[in-house]
Amino acid sequence: MTVGIVLVSHSAKLAEGLAELAAQMAPDVRIRPAGGLADGGGIGTDYDEVVAAVQRADSGDGVVLLYDLGSAQMTAELAVESLADPSSAVVVDAPLVEGAVAAAVAAQGGADRKAVGEAAASAGLAPDLLAVDADADGVEEKALTLANDVGLHARPAAVLVRSLAGIEAEVSVRLGEREADGHSVLALMSLGARQGDRIVVRAHGPQAGEALAKVTALVEANFGE
Amino acid sequence: MGCTSEGVAVALRAAAEVVAEHRTELIELDRAIGDGDHGENLSRGFTAIVSALETEVPSTPGAVAKLAATTLISKVGGAAGPLYGTAFLRASTKLGDAAEIDVPLLLDALRAALEGVQARGKAVGGDATMVDALIPAVSAAEEAAAGADASVAGVLAAAADAADRGAESTVDLVPRKGRASYLGERAVGHLDPGARSTALLLRAFAEAAR
Repeated sequence: MTVGIVLVSHSAKLAEGLAELAAQMAPDVRIRPAGGLADGGGIGTDYDEVVAAVQRADSGDGVVLLYDLGSAQMTAELAVESLADPSSAVVVDAPLVEGAVAAAVAAQGGADRKAVGEAAASAGLAPDLLAVDADADGVEEKALTLANDVGLHARPAAVLVRSLAGIEAEVSVRLGEREADGHSVLALMSLGARQGDRIVVRAHGPQAGEALAKVTALVEANFGE
Repeated sequence: MGCTSEGVAVALRAAAEVVAEHRTELIELDRAIGDGDHGENLSRGFTAIVSALETEVPSTPGAVAKLAATTLISKVGGAAGPLYGTAFLRASTKLGDAAEIDVPLLLDALRAALEGVQARGKAVGGDATMVDALIPAVSAAEEAAAGADASVAGVLAAAADAADRGAESTVDLVPRKGRASYLGERAVGHLDPGARSTALLLRAFAEAAR
């Protein structure tokens, strides 16, 4: 089971499109759009639809709701308050698109509701580019060349982050002078690593070796492309 | 002498009429600084409340207020749905299963409605929202309730008067919440549609209680 995600938007198309995008990176997560008004599909937020979407998204581990503008937040909060168990869902203040992607990847990796919410909320902050102290003892590193078509773009970055879920190690990816947190899709994407680029993966912690092996296997398999 | 569930139903029907009468005015106020749907949305919500009351008037004032809340939440898009819905919901919780609304209970309900709206919309006085009508309304209701031979009708009339003045005060304010806040200074000179509708609703309730 994973934490579910509900995307509350004034526009049905926006919510649906974003659910589709986020699902690309998190195939096992229930991501449910709740956009637009019910009758005629006009612009607005529909309380009943949001409540229904929360129920559909919840597989038992709770739900994180993201919203676009103004009344979408109020509708989302009201929907959560009205649930039989209001503590099963939480409305997160996050940039909708980045937050949805970050939340979806965190949920796919098995994060709990709090961690999924935090992943979404922190998506609005500047990516933490420096993750592993290069001078710390016991840092293992490995250089890899990206052969896949899109480099460390959204889906491969998401696959990489997911592969590290549950592994006890700090991981970072270096490209040239820049280094990104290996647990953050957005930070990895912000490196802009493309096909043919040589990245250096660094890991630190009890399972550093396993983390490096996971990333190496992914890169060698072209992230399943 | 209190107000029974039938009294609350009468007040809501009166509110529906007033909202319908002022539908165009509210649309125009909202069009100036928002998206122009406030009159339409509220009208749809109160029409739905009247329909629901035709089927059955719940047996307590609190239950009638809750019916109004759930109907407004479901039928009114935009910010007004969750805001007015929350106001009626919090009021209904305060009313509990009392058979009649007396002055102290009315005061509790009004305070709860204001707190609910502020919690939901996170607006404070001076933001040019319905809160600018509600805050003076609740203060005036408190004063009127403290007077000798205070009545439900008298308290509501005092609240409605104060809400009118409070709504008027939004003309000079720079909106800090909702879509109007995007306009900033350019919205000065416009009456806030939410404050206006709040004043209209309180007036309708006061008239119905006379």
